[in-house]
Amino acid sequence: MSAGHKSLLLVVGAAAALFLSGCSPNYLVLNPAGPVGREEMHLIVLSTVLVLAVVIPVFVLLAFIVWRYRDRPGNPAAYRPEWSESRILEIVWWGIPIIIVGVLGFYTAKTTFALTEPPESSTQPLTIQVTSLNWKWLFQYPGQGVATVNYCEIPVGVPVQFELTADSPMNSFWVPQLGGQEYAMPGMAMRLWLQADKPGTYYGHGANFTGEGFAHMGFNVVAVSQKDFDQWVSKAKSTGQALTEAGYQQLKKPGVMGTATYSSYPPGLFHDTVWTNGGRYDPKMAGMGGTDGRAGMMPKGAASMPGTGAPK
Amino acid sequence: MSETLRNFANTYLMWNEGPLIWGSDVLILLTIIGIVGVLTYFKKWRWLWDEWLTTVDHKRIGIMYLIAALLMLFRGGVDAELLRTQLAIPGNHFLDAAHYDQIFTTHGTIMILFMAMPFIFALFNIVVPLQIGARDVAFPYLNAVSFWLFFFGALLFNISFVFGGSPDAGWVSYPPLSELGFDPGPGENYYLLGIQISGIGSIATGINFLATILKMRAPGMSLMRMPLFTWSVLGACIMIIFAFPALTVALALLLLDRVAGTHFFTMLHGGNPAMFVNLFWIWGHPEVYIVVLPAFGVFSEVVATFARKRIFGYASMVSSLILISVISYFVWVHHFFTMGAGPDVNTFFAIASMAVGIPTGVKVFNWLFTMWRGRIRLSLPMMWTLAFIPTFAIGGATGVMLAVAPADYQYHNSYFLIAHFHQTLIGGVVFGMLAGMYYWWPKMFGFKLDERLGRWAFWFFNIGFYICFMPQYALGLMGMQRRMYVYPADMGWNTLNLVSTIGAYLMGIGFLFIVAQVVYSIRHGERDLTGDPWDGRTLEWSLPSPAPHYNFAVIPVVTDRDMWWILKREGREEELMPRPEEVKDIHMPKNSGVPFLMGVCFFVGGFGVVFNWWWLAVAGLAGVLLSLLSRSFQYEEEYSLPAEKVIETEISLGRL
Ligand code: HEM
Ligand SMILES: [Cu+2]
Ligand SMILES: [Cu+2]
Repeated sequence: MSAGHKSLLLVVGAAAALFLSGCSPNYLVLNPAGPVGREEMHLIVLSTVLVLAVVIPVFVLLAFIVWRYRDRPGNPAAYRPEWSESRILEIVWWGIPIIIVGVLGFYTAKTTFALTEPPESSTQPLTIQVTSLNWKWLFQYPGQGVATVNYCEIPVGVPVQFELTADSPMNSFWVPQLGGQEYAMPGMAMRLWLQADKPGTYYGHGANFTGEGFAHMGFNVVAVSQKDFDQWVSKAKSTGQALTEAGYQQLKKPGVMGTATYSSYPPGLFHDTVWTNGGRYDPKMAGMGGTDGRAGMMPKGAASMPGTGAPK
Repeated sequence: MSETLRNFANTYLMWNEGPLIWGSDVLILLTIIGIVGVLTYFKKWRWLWDEWLTTVDHKRIGIMYLIAALLMLFRGGVDAELLRTQLAIPGNHFLDAAHYDQIFTTHGTIMILFMAMPFIFALFNIVVPLQIGARDVAFPYLNAVSFWLFFFGALLFNISFVFGGSPDAGWVSYPPLSELGFDPGPGENYYLLGIQISGIGSIATGINFLATILKMRAPGMSLMRMPLFTWSVLGACIMIIFAFPALTVALALLLLDRVAGTHFFTMLHGGNPAMFVNLFWIWGHPEVYIVVLPAFGVFSEVVATFARKRIFGYASMVSSLILISVISYFVWVHHFFTMGAGPDVNTFFAIASMAVGIPTGVKVFNWLFTMWRGRIRLSLPMMWTLAFIPTFAIGGATGVMLAVAPADYQYHNSYFLIAHFHQTLIGGVVFGMLAGMYYWWPKMFGFKLDERLGRWAFWFFNIGFYICFMPQYALGLMGMQRRMYVYPADMGWNTLNLVSTIGAYLMGIGFLFIVAQVVYSIRHGERDLTGDPWDGRTLEWSLPSPAPHYNFAVIPVVTDRDMWWILKREGREEELMPRPEEVKDIHMPKNSGVPFLMGVCFFVGGFGVVFNWWWLAVAGLAGVLLSLLSRSFQYEEEYSLPAEKVIETEISLGRL
């Protein structure tokens, strides 16, 4: 591809992106507020441009052909009822899609591998453990010892590792402006890296249907400066009430609720949740708990395996 | 006594749920009374049994599939209108969560399994034997069994609405949401058994038509002389045979979890719900190609006929069909990229998914260039075909975009996905089936469907389609999730949702025009006296409309791909007319009531399992076994149609 073509592509891509994202901040996916969402948006724009390279010719050809070869009296266009082969034409339209898929496949592979790594390696990441309950989200901060329901605070510029599970049917954790979703499944701990670049309140919602209260499983991710985050943590510690074992059982009951903040939670709650929901049958799960560095997380009888973080 | 009655009414008839149910009950009752009344008044019971319920004639079975498909399109369409009405404004109180969940579940299940499947089977049956110069399918009796299994499976699924409650875990019905713990009602059992029963029929249909196409072609019809519709059926059948068993297993294991307390798909005791998800989509992805390939076949026939030109790049068309069938087995993970399979797995499935786009794109260009240097007539089948091309181009393009795994992290479970698959399923399958229906309607019934009403239907449906689904791409990018019965008012989603609902209503009006068109044309439609109303190219157009029971008085010898077209151009049509000295006695399969009764037994047994009424389940199963047994003792499955009779018929049709 010549440089001219490349810049043309860029211009078209930028125009398309501007057109879509510029017109309204409501296009959450096209207004990313962090590196993960941005990577994904770049791919969205790239793939849009590439597929348009096929779609537009199809539209133009269709309009032209139907106009030119309409069956009307005196149509001067050629009529060749037996003309039905052309090696060159066929090579063109087998070839062009193959090239497009090649290009798109290359960038897809690159980004797919890149996004399994934390977005920014220089900063110490924060871990938040997320549990999908019927029908609310519980967030636990193993490093800070606090917990929240239906909202979470994160510091700006710090990569956040969300560890996801469900103590209810399978859900999917999605904060469109920060990046794409990942399933939260009972008996498993999945991992999703996200990061916010600028302060703000970001809309999040469960994306996989979990039954009657599913439509009410929205939550906010509040990104603030590190200082404000620390303040928020200490405030949560001093003013919130503790989440007890009994309190958790209460939360687990099907129902919809607003937000809540807890000064502490039962140690090992997240791990126990994964464990009792079937994690104990999964050999890969035994190494869990390494990420939060909390001693005493492993339930009795669990074999401790070296390894970091969640399986898969 | 009245207490028990009320209990029964509330538990099973759901009378405590209010007017929606009461209204439906009354409607259903009235319909049944109406049907029974009409049949009795006109003394048509005998006719119904002899001509339809016991038939093994592929043409009649095809017509029954068609009627079922249209009815289910109506039911699924009403579901869709209800869903869209609920979503018209944020925080709407038209439906509550429970009803919304049931309706999107029945909508999706019905549209795919009880609308798209019978629609393609309708065309398989009506067209394939005629196109390949055969008298029937390879196994006519099995064909009837397939139909009645489909029919009673669909019936079982549909009565959940008025007896016991509809399923509500989505058409994918993922565990653990669909396990007893979260979903105790009978609805999910209905889902499992309804699909299972009709699925057995579908596998049999796949085998039947594979055998038919491979073994029953007229002499001279080599594979590379086969019409492209028949090729597409061959592809779809191979996919059915490989894909449906995965669904059968998934459904059976989930049913065991629910009724026998096993743990295949619960994480507890070492099961794994992800196994269900895999099995489901190992079937589910090929399934979408199973229903769209025959549509591609229809478009190929229609484009060539209405552009009055040979299909462009036949060999390419065939190889792309085969490539699509093969590659689409290696893409199923794209339905759950975000389930943590790891970057290597995701990359493989992402690239494989994009790769399916290549042969599909090739087909589009071949259709375009079939019209190049042709003469395009804009009759109804061609209009739907032309409308398909841009619609499917966009649907295919967004499909490739969805295949980009990291980007799918943002589209997955959003309205972007909903817009994509409706664009391909409606733009591909529904447009294709409608094109096929208009195209072969005269062959089935002997008259054309009215063009004027058909154009109204076309424009309402098409304009409505874009108004309904284009905004949904935007809604997806705005972060709107699927399966939300209410949504927040402050997200900027309101206007587009309202617009989308208006589009859905326009499509509904389009459908009503089709109904009006059919009703009007039964009386006033242009009669097809030639058997070749469109100036067709393939063998079926050499026969009278409708074709006689035995199809071909003399099996033709095929010398070319578009043989009928070539004969017509060279003035040699006579060669496909029977000569009296060539007409021999014809062996035809006998009608049988057993397939119908077997369907009834499956229904009864399935119903018993739904409610765990084991005595009923056993009774049903025993009935099934009896029907199988009775077939083994049936020694005379065929009868002979004497040559004189055939000649008489041909003379009355003006062919001799
Ligand atoms: C009049 C045309 C149609 C309209 C207005 C329509 C509308 C809808 C709506 C509103 C939903 C639910 C979205 C949600 O809440 O998640 C839905 C889901 C669905 N539709 Fe359609 N639809 C139409 C035709 C079709 C057709 C023709 C098919 C298939 C051949 C189809 C297949 C599906 C499937 C598989 C689902 C997913 C169900 C689920 O989430 O479990 N639809 N449709
Ligand atoms: Cu998993
Ligand atoms: Cu797929």
